[in-house]
Amino acid sequence: MSKNKPILMQGNEACARGALAAGCRFFAGYPITPSSEIAEVLSEELPKIGGRFIQMEDEIASIAAVIGASLTGCKSMTATSGPGLSLKAENIGYASIAEVPCVIVDVQRVGPSTGGPTAPSQGDVMQARWGTHGDHPIIALAPNSVKETFEVTIKAFNLSEQFRVPVILLLDEVIGHMRERVVLPDIDSIQIIDRKKATVPPEEYLPYKPDKDGVPEMASYGDGYRFHVTGLTHDETGFPNTGSENTDYLIRRLHEKIEKNLDKIIMVDEYFMDDAEIALFAYGSPSRSSLSAVRKAREEGIKVGLIRPVTIWPFPAEVVRKAARKVKKIIVPEMNLGQLIGEVEKHVKSDAEVIGLNRVDGELITPQEVMEKIKEVL
Amino acid sequence: MRLEFRLSGTGGQGLITAGIILAEAAINAGKNAIQTQSYGPEARGGASKSEVIISDGEIDYPKVTEADVLLAMSEEAYKKYKTGLKKGGILIMDSTIIEEDSGVDARVYKIPITKLAREEAGKTIVANIVALGAIAAITGVVPKDALEKAVFNRFPKARELNRKALDIGYKAAQKIQEE
Repeated sequence: MSKNKPILMQGNEACARGALAAGCRFFAGYPITPSSEIAEVLSEELPKIGGRFIQMEDEIASIAAVIGASLTGCKSMTATSGPGLSLKAENIGYASIAEVPCVIVDVQRVGPSTGGPTAPSQGDVMQARWGTHGDHPIIALAPNSVKETFEVTIKAFNLSEQFRVPVILLLDEVIGHMRERVVLPDIDSIQIIDRKKATVPPEEYLPYKPDKDGVPEMASYGDGYRFHVTGLTHDETGFPNTGSENTDYLIRRLHEKIEKNLDKIIMVDEYFMDDAEIALFAYGSPSRSSLSAVRKAREEGIKVGLIRPVTIWPFPAEVVRKAARKVKKIIVPEMNLGQLIGEVEKHVKSDAEVIGLNRVDGELITPQEVMEKIKEVL
Repeated sequence: MRLEFRLSGTGGQGLITAGIILAEAAINAGKNAIQTQSYGPEARGGASKSEVIISDGEIDYPKVTEADVLLAMSEEAYKKYKTGLKKGGILIMDSTIIEEDSGVDARVYKIPITKLAREEAGKTIVANIVALGAIAAITGVVPKDALEKAVFNRFPKARELNRKALDIGYKAAQKIQEE
């Protein structure tokens, strides 16, 4: 049990507090609704503990500064909303190929473009996966409560550090702006993972030579190691090498370090799935509406369960495949016109019928709507 | 126990703050609480709505579906949200601002919240705190001391003004209840 007292905390604040607990000491960003409170809290807190907060001239510069700071050994983060994620896309690819740990928060609002600044959406799910060009791996996490936002922000840093990969934390306006009763975990009980530092002397250091887990050790700029970082395909020395054999090796290694560690990355909660005949598959704030509907449906004797992925990328394919063999139908509530449902369909194949429940008016899907959908497909 | 509150009015009236204070007071009193809000892109002048759910148990869906209690502090908000009030629910209207009375099926409390804040507390800005006092007196959802603690926690520098505002709201509501 935590010794901390219950308090009322906002999702965005929990994200900022989680970042601090994870060891984040650098934030560069350009404020944007509905993410601004993350920058606001960090602008006050980071300087108190020797960290740095920079409000940059735009979102592109922000992610660039974050990558630079991370290369000095500093855990780094930026926060934005959809329009900012679009601008950051190119440099997220850079962080991916150069294997620079960093956390990018996207508090989703209605888009495209400036869209609806104060209204929630889940329109950036595929952008989180494929927003930057090239065949790259990514991790994206979608918490559904204030407490979980705190915990998952820490997890985002841990995964980013462990696998040297950019991690996208996908909140939505409901989760970001909502205030909820939380009891934060004791600081001593929190597991923190730091990147592997270089263990060899500078003259022997090969910056992109992977260990057995596929992840290279990472020296920090300023520690006496000289190394080259590039967005071009490169070999173990860090210098460009666009030869086909090397390119194939690098791209496959980038993917493999994620794919071989799915057990450490994928987090999924399941509710009432044991005897379920219908499954809901929901993430972020609609998963709360879904759980509420599931509880109600159970009271009425309807055998429905909920699969709630916290990790949406890499996609929890195995969980979905397993569920599809058990249930007849899978309902996918999303605040978009069908994004993650495509992944569900891909892995379910013909084992179960997959049905969308979609809302794009900037309002959260209600438990009543989920309930109606359950009864419709019964 | 699960009670849903919708505090509605105009941006700048402090309704989001009032919602936060109400939720904090509930947590002070050992209950579960959640607060959400919606507002236009403009900070002041547009429609503003703050929602609070107070419960003894888990709160899955964080938004208000049918409000048990509606606070209306603008004509526009009143018209927009009166239909979202549960039948037989509690409607608290700022009668300084809203003159209309259109037979809503509810226990209606007409309190000149803004006028009381301006004339008796001395500052219009504490109208939200006057409203909180009235809500606490009418619903009994949080003890007065838990609410007071939450108000002081939010405004440590203006204790006297806020204590006064809270009392004014309390008394105004009690007076109506006695009638």
